[in-house]
Amino acid sequence: MSFVLIAEQILNGLQFGIMLFLMSAGLTLIFGVMGLINLAHGSLYMIGAFVAAAVASATGSFILALVAALSAAALAGAIVEITIIRKLYNRNHLDQVLATFALILIFSEGTRWVFGSFPLYLDAPSYLQGAVTLPGGIQYPLYRITLIFFGLIIGLGLGLLITKTRLGVQIRAGENDREMVSALGVNISKLYTFIFALGAALAGLAGALVGAIQSVEVGMGEPVLILAFVVIVIGGIGSVKGALIGSILVGLTDTLGGIFLPKFFSFFMDLATATNVGSSIASMSIYILMSIVLVWRPTGLFGQKV
Amino acid sequence: MIKERHLNIFVLGLLIFVPIFAYWNDQPFTITLMTRAVIFAIAAVGLNLALGIGGFISFGHAAFFGLGGYVMGILAWHSQNYVTLVEWPILIEGTKSMPIIWIITIAASALLAAIIGMISLKTTGVYFIMITLAFAQMMYYFSTSWSAYGGEDGLSIYVRNNFPGLNTLDPIQFFSICCVILLIVLFFMGRLIKSPFGLALNASRQSRQRIEAVGFDFHKLQLTAFILSGAITGLSGALFADLNRFVSPSMFSWQLSGEFIVFIIIGGVGRLFGPVIGALIFVWLEHLIGGISDYWHIFLGFILLAIVLFGKGGIIGLLCQEDAQHE
Amino acid sequence: MNNPILEANKLCKTFGSLVAVQDVSIDIHKDEIHAVIGPNGAGKSTLISQICGSLSSDKGSVFLLGKDITNLPTEKRASLGIGRTFQISALAKEDTVLENAILGSVGASGKHWRFFNPVLKNSILRDEAEYCLELVGLKDLINLKTATLSHGQLRLLEVAIALTLKPKVFIMDEPMAGLGSDGTKQLTEFLDKLRERAPILLVEHDMDAVFALANRITVLDYGRVIASDKASSIKKDPEVQKAYLGEG
Repeated sequence: MSFVLIAEQILNGLQFGIMLFLMSAGLTLIFGVMGLINLAHGSLYMIGAFVAAAVASATGSFILALVAALSAAALAGAIVEITIIRKLYNRNHLDQVLATFALILIFSEGTRWVFGSFPLYLDAPSYLQGAVTLPGGIQYPLYRITLIFFGLIIGLGLGLLITKTRLGVQIRAGENDREMVSALGVNISKLYTFIFALGAALAGLAGALVGAIQSVEVGMGEPVLILAFVVIVIGGIGSVKGALIGSILVGLTDTLGGIFLPKFFSFFMDLATATNVGSSIASMSIYILMSIVLVWRPTGLFGQKV
Repeated sequence: MIKERHLNIFVLGLLIFVPIFAYWNDQPFTITLMTRAVIFAIAAVGLNLALGIGGFISFGHAAFFGLGGYVMGILAWHSQNYVTLVEWPILIEGTKSMPIIWIITIAASALLAAIIGMISLKTTGVYFIMITLAFAQMMYYFSTSWSAYGGEDGLSIYVRNNFPGLNTLDPIQFFSICCVILLIVLFFMGRLIKSPFGLALNASRQSRQRIEAVGFDFHKLQLTAFILSGAITGLSGALFADLNRFVSPSMFSWQLSGEFIVFIIIGGVGRLFGPVIGALIFVWLEHLIGGISDYWHIFLGFILLAIVLFGKGGIIGLLCQEDAQHE
Repeated sequence: MNNPILEANKLCKTFGSLVAVQDVSIDIHKDEIHAVIGPNGAGKSTLISQICGSLSSDKGSVFLLGKDITNLPTEKRASLGIGRTFQISALAKEDTVLENAILGSVGASGKHWRFFNPVLKNSILRDEAEYCLELVGLKDLINLKTATLSHGQLRLLEVAIALTLKPKVFIMDEPMAGLGSDGTKQLTEFLDKLRERAPILLVEHDMDAVFALANRITVLDYGRVIASDKASSIKKDPEVQKAYLGEG
């Protein structure tokens, strides 16, 4: 197995992880600050992808498509928060789960109604296509490298937002003591709407960016949502740092597991069986990682101890 | 206001007479629809033990449903293709006998529930929901990648499995098998709810401190309930795969896990017949509205939202207006 | 001197940098009521939790009838004979009074893992529960939903459940809290007789009740025992007066 292959897979894992981070960061903030479990986050990812595809094919501009995706997702998030989510903050988890599950149904079928059942296509912009040569002689798609950097920059921005701004202070305070923050005169409604819309924007952006690599179709958001849940379980609720580290761990485990496990099994099985067994176990590797973290730290690596 | 007991009897009546009526009028499709409802009801009755009474929200019960389906599928496939399943240390050749399949399914589902439960029940609330969802998804991806049993395409079982003395391909006879199983499950569940274990489980949902202060091990209580719950749902999976003579990774889908919860909500959380009413309503609505519109899920979504935001206690809560009885 | 029924030796508990309980030792003998008093934050609740098992101790030991229960979980200690009542009611509010009480009978019988027979139809368990409910005066309310009970009645229910356990020692966390003067008087009389069934470790703020009931009083402040003696001596102790009872 060559160094180049391993390096490529590590980069793939990083790229996968960073995109997952965009999903998870918003989710973990929503959990941490509002105490709400939101299953509809995957729908916002999907909306971002669809809007990006539609705008890209209408205008030919990828940048415009991204801006549209971000805005559409943020808007959808804000509307949903004001009309429905707001009624759920004081409800028990079962109600939250069911209401947001209902939202998935409405968004998915709604999207299918508007756009039809066939996948849409979104291409990476021409100036980002092709490969770059990295140190070590590795050829790697320019678009994917860009995603990694772009995601890291957003991560940095989020970190700065939370640690260095007044808004960030409100967010962190809100995670610790909701009532106190309200008593201090912070407009809780506006804060919550903002956080929800921010999370939605990140999800929509992730959907648009990934939509250029994978297909844009109804239901694309939920598998990513569930992976984001795994990330949050590993990283801990409310922690953006945890979301970042968790995402990268998950991304690397998934891609590296996919190449190394079949290789591992080929030492004592024939190639065909090894590939079969290896990839099957690789498909479970993320969840095994999650289980190990759970047994060791039930509230995640950086989660608040309940 | 109706008494819950009377409503239950009414539902039982529906379960028995609608298929008989369909049989006389030669409408096998209706019988199949009722069979589907009954099987889903069994799945949801299992979930209700964990969710409604135990109070832990499992969004991953499809893991057991799918496992039941695959246990049936694998055993039957090996039998129908005359391929030995395992040669060493003991010879297992597969089987198409329903009772044997059910026993193995229950054991396998219980084992899976024990493993998932031991890891997940260390957590609570939101974490638990996410983790159960994740484990079901894990089963989904595993079954997709295990090509020996069809992978994404699933497994077809050409002929329905055998039950001594019955022609299982006859819709009304297969329905009867499923209906009897539902009745047996309901009977045991009804006794369980009123038993010391049931009372303790219900109390543990309301106050962990209380249950520990009288000597109950909280974790053991929850784990036992989860295992029983998984075993029942697993059994329904085997029946479902038998009904369709097909099993595929979609039996592990998160949508199914969500639908099981929906059945319980529609009927009434924690009520004995809640899952049955919910499954019946859901399956019929799906058939009726699905026949009119291609987008019936949008309706379902709005109905669900309405129930969550405005209705409490499901159909039973609405009609009976009395609290759950333990007498 | 009789051997103590319950004995806690040099218990310590720290939360991060906060020392909640430091080297606290306390014991309870047959037929006595041993009260624990102290200002808010003195460590009383932490101490109770350590004795009952809901909090693990950093250092120290707890013995029940000579058996080391320091590392046993809450439910095991309950089965061995610790009957606890909670400051904030820990009850199954959706269930009836009888259903709550019978949980105690089930616990006491040791027959937890029964899945088939309706518990309310079990006459042995039911009679046990009803008897204890009658002792506290709640017999008429057995079929009422616990959520509808008044504050005082909830306290009594907690005591009734503890009674069904036939405990070796009662550990009561502020049972008088929230009771009016009538309720306090009633409960005080009840606890006075209760000590004959099993001794009581009583955490309380109501000083009248404490001095009416306690044989011994232990005073906590900032997690330490600042005095522990017969009730009459404590009343006169200047240290205690300063820390807790106010000047004069």
